[in-house]
Amino acid sequence: MTIALWIMALVFLGAVGLGLLARRGHAMTLEQWSVAGGGFGSLLVFLLMAGELYTTFTFLGGSGWAYGKGAPAMYILCYPALAYSLSYFLLPAIWRASRGRGFVSQADFFVARYGSRTLGVLVALVGVAALVPYLVLQFKGLGIIVSEASYGRVSPSTAIWAGAAALIAYVVVSGVRGSAWTAALKDALILVVVVAMGLYLPYHWYGGIGPMFDAIDKARPQFLTLGGTGRSTSWFISTVLLTSIGVYTWPQFFGGVYTAKSDDVFRKNAVVLPLYQLVVLFVFFVGFAATLKVPGLLGADGDLSLFRIAKMSFSPWAIGIIGAAGLLTALVPGSMLLISAATILAKNVYKEIVPSASERRVAIIARATVPVLTLISVLLTLHGGQAIVALLLMGYNVVTQLFPALVLALGPSPRISAHAALAGIIAGEVTVAAISLSGATLGTLLPGWPAVITELNVGVVALAVNVAITALVWLATRNGTPVTTITRPEEIRGDSAVAASSLS
Amino acid sequence: MTEPRRGGFRRFHLLGFLPAVGMMGGILFANRVRPLVFGLPFLFFWIAAWVVSTSLVMWIILRLDRAHERQRGRLAANEERAG
Repeated sequence: MTIALWIMALVFLGAVGLGLLARRGHAMTLEQWSVAGGGFGSLLVFLLMAGELYTTFTFLGGSGWAYGKGAPAMYILCYPALAYSLSYFLLPAIWRASRGRGFVSQADFFVARYGSRTLGVLVALVGVAALVPYLVLQFKGLGIIVSEASYGRVSPSTAIWAGAAALIAYVVVSGVRGSAWTAALKDALILVVVVAMGLYLPYHWYGGIGPMFDAIDKARPQFLTLGGTGRSTSWFISTVLLTSIGVYTWPQFFGGVYTAKSDDVFRKNAVVLPLYQLVVLFVFFVGFAATLKVPGLLGADGDLSLFRIAKMSFSPWAIGIIGAAGLLTALVPGSMLLISAATILAKNVYKEIVPSASERRVAIIARATVPVLTLISVLLTLHGGQAIVALLLMGYNVVTQLFPALVLALGPSPRISAHAALAGIIAGEVTVAAISLSGATLGTLLPGWPAVITELNVGVVALAVNVAITALVWLATRNGTPVTTITRPEEIRGDSAVAASSLS
Repeated sequence: MTEPRRGGFRRFHLLGFLPAVGMMGGILFANRVRPLVFGLPFLFFWIAAWVVSTSLVMWIILRLDRAHERQRGRLAANEERAG
């Protein structure tokens, strides 16, 4: 083994050790495993929430897009910042509507608010469908990191299998407590690595950040503005807005909300987290430094650019530390994604099909789902060739369809019926599927329309269809279908109470 | 006494739209490389400055919310004493 692989193996063992330490003294019921019994204070919730957005997507995808596409990569800096400003209002509202109700998954929230188990199953399936591409991209990242840091001695597919085994062991053992503590280790390491690389590389190769951008601008005019490589301001703005409202529709973020003891932590996070996001700039610097120094990585291979320029610039032990940081950015969020998906499948799909299943059995099923989901994701990783950013954008299109029903469920009582929510989500997802399978863009759908319209992110169409159908069904059925008549969230006690009040 | 309820709309919450409007709206004018600011292309500087401003705006909203909640807490306590 090379020195780089040794360092990575050591850090991995350290992470597993932390995960084991974190579970001490806590019986691993499903609620403990997936939302830590709602007992996390400010610091742990902060680490969990910051850590969830800081994944291998940011690390390799961010540098990969800066390398291959230039300015459009800046969307990765914009959308989380705007999502945090939204979170100030959204997350406390979700928390208040969920407090003390024993929710473990996002689907639980929808079931209770709308009093519809069918809606719960649909939301669960949508969540899992969106989580799979997100998991795939973590595995893709793992493969790149391990094989690059081993200087090609470990093939990407071997690396993906090894990473998958590590992830399964890690998740089954520690659950969400392990994730929060390892998130602290991960964030510390990645912060140091990213800032060091983002400052060193421009100075080493170009003599500074300004001279670097100067050189890029001279060599590739338009690379540093929008529209130069086919991603216009229309695309940029619509993508940023779509993804920023989509962030908190991801099931794993609901898990994060339920872990908090108080709702004030979300307001404080909304102040601090945008600043934390600035670290992404340094990731971009790495990709930009690579764009003139290691040219020729086309398409999805842009994701390799960070390691390619690092290997040109640093000695193997430094590559080991970079690889270890990268490994954690895949493992920690990967474990959160797996926990969410497994919890949803066990509680909101399996338990719906087999209502007689005991709590214990559901908890066992949740953990047994982890290897199955991992296997599916690994197989998809080995057979798909998409770049990391493309994968995440796909997941976003799927999951953002939950946004209208989520927002309309907040407040004293839902503003629409379960039927309207169901119809809207289904219509949105069908549109997403049709668009993805046909490869349509607004340009092909609306030939001859001005570029400002045709270059919008095509996800806008699906969301518009979703909202239109939701509104139509709600208007058509509002007299016939009673809505849940809860006046205050405090009055909701359980699913049966909601169901009863919706009948009255 | 009911606990001082968080949540509920207050007019200054509209400030929450400022980051989105500033960051995205400004892009129409800021989509240029030069002048470089702190070594960054102008577009990048614009976005980074708005990310910092987002923190600032949310901090102001938090301060206003806290002040509002303290005031309501005092009012509720006074009513309790009077009643």
